[in-house]
Amino acid sequence: MADKIATRESYGNALAELGAKNPDVIVLDADLAAATKTGIFKKAFPDRFFDCGIAESNMVGIAAGLATTGKIPFVSSFAMFAAGRAFEQVRNSVGYPHLNVKIGATHAGITVGEDGASHQCNEDIALMRTIPGMVVMCPSDDIEAKACVMAAAEYEGPVYMRFGRAACPVINDRPDYKFEIGKGTIVKEGKDLTIVATGICVGNALEAAEMLAKDGIDAEIINICTIKPLDEDIILKSAKKTGKVITAEEHSVIGGLGSAVCDLLSEKYPVPVKKIGMYDVFGESGSASALLEKYQLDGKGIYSQIKEYLK
Amino acid sequence: MDNLALKKMANQVRKGIVTAVHSAKAGHPGGSLSAADIYSFLYFEEMNIDPKEPKKADRDRFVLSKGHTAPGLYSTLANRGYFPVEDLKTLRKLGSYLQGHPCMQHIPGVDMSSGSLGQGISAAVGMALSAKIDNKDFRVYTLLGDGELEEGQVWEASMFAGAKKLDNLVVIVDNNGLQIDGNIDDVNSPNPIDKKFEAFNFHVINIDAHDFDQIRAAFKEARETKGMPTAIIAHSLKGKGVSFMEGQVGWHGKAPNDEEYEIAMNDLNKIDEELAKEV
Repeated sequence: MADKIATRESYGNALAELGAKNPDVIVLDADLAAATKTGIFKKAFPDRFFDCGIAESNMVGIAAGLATTGKIPFVSSFAMFAAGRAFEQVRNSVGYPHLNVKIGATHAGITVGEDGASHQCNEDIALMRTIPGMVVMCPSDDIEAKACVMAAAEYEGPVYMRFGRAACPVINDRPDYKFEIGKGTIVKEGKDLTIVATGICVGNALEAAEMLAKDGIDAEIINICTIKPLDEDIILKSAKKTGKVITAEEHSVIGGLGSAVCDLLSEKYPVPVKKIGMYDVFGESGSASALLEKYQLDGKGIYSQIKEYLK
Repeated sequence: MDNLALKKMANQVRKGIVTAVHSAKAGHPGGSLSAADIYSFLYFEEMNIDPKEPKKADRDRFVLSKGHTAPGLYSTLANRGYFPVEDLKTLRKLGSYLQGHPCMQHIPGVDMSSGSLGQGISAAVGMALSAKIDNKDFRVYTLLGDGELEEGQVWEASMFAGAKKLDNLVVIVDNNGLQIDGNIDDVNSPNPIDKKFEAFNFHVINIDAHDFDQIRAAFKEARETKGMPTAIIAHSLKGKGVSFMEGQVGWHGKAPNDEEYEIAMNDLNKIDEELAKEV
């Protein structure tokens, strides 16, 4: 297994890299710079870093104001507060005027771990993808997370990026890897079923695919980093090939990647879909790995759920 | 502009408000009329702006945090030459660029979309911060309602502005004392407003919102204030200029019917006649 690194760490590193390239980049945080890793940017560019204190709604509004003057603000907090607490500010002050604000939301999903359900946001993808014009991305590893940040800075308009707290394996370290907003990638070809995954579930789906292979099941795995706009072609093509689709995400099965895929397939190529994610429940305290195991979102859990579904 | 010219302009702005809201059969006349003198002073004297170049980089910015009083802003912008006064009659109509609440993407001169209370002031703070980052000398003005002060975000933004010493920011409170559900003191009193802003490290000035000498002096004092933002608490009369709307909470968000429109325009025409006699 390759080295593990949390995508929040990748976010901080990418911001520092970006700061050197683009003087318009401003980073805002809400008293979580050590955790969101924007502290890395702060150290390199203290004059372009602003701590807004524990006031996420105002931070989003400040970012909107900065964007109207040509700055490229990255606002950072935990997903719970960036997408949850400040939802209406994101909707009305950023989304409606289509301002060039980038939201870097870390500590998404249950892998927040020990902090428990109050801090485990399993609803952010659902919230963000309902906002017209909002790009929603959830990278699967260090390489993709950095690419995500760089692409977001180049793109003109609001972007929501979802990062994790827990270290996850690097899975995209191949020479032909190329990132583009709105494009999914096939990380493993297969013919029997399609697993559409996002975030850390991509790596976990790869593990599940190895187990399925031992049972003679050849799974195709699609990595969807950009949940909105969704790469419809790559999903439709695979669904037409395998006729069976499974989605996997560290998010509620209501409104997230699974729902986005169902929205697409129900209209354009109806096939049975099994959504793997958090089944309308809150998380709880525990280590990230213990939680992934309990909620069956690790490799073994995804494998078991697929096997159960195929019965 | 001298006081008489400003008074005449403010009356034109008020006519535009009444006309727009009457035509739309909906909208918020009360708080638009109470702020008409402030709007007029900002756009005809105080702010460094150019209607021919609405997006000029070094312009002063205005954010209408109390976005529901858009008719007041639109009427001012139209009279200032950003778009035809005639277009005010399209307010709130399908296909019109004059949306019910300010929309920066489609309305020339609107620096920030607003309408959800408490949010505009944060955007204004962001604009003021941007000027500080780049050592630019543009100034940022934002107008809030007194009822709007009940939104917690106002105080998050104020805390930041005070802490970061944003002396290029002026927060104006249209203190007309009324909100939809009644008197602000009866609903959830934000008073004392001046002491609250002082506590958030603002320089605070109380003025009569309808006295141009006081308005002028306050904005001058704000410009001369260094190291802290300024809050101007503008004590106003809701519905100012229209006899039956003055001090009446019922006219917060209601349009005059045809008969009421005639009376309102008659009131404002009389003010014009009075002003014509002044030298």
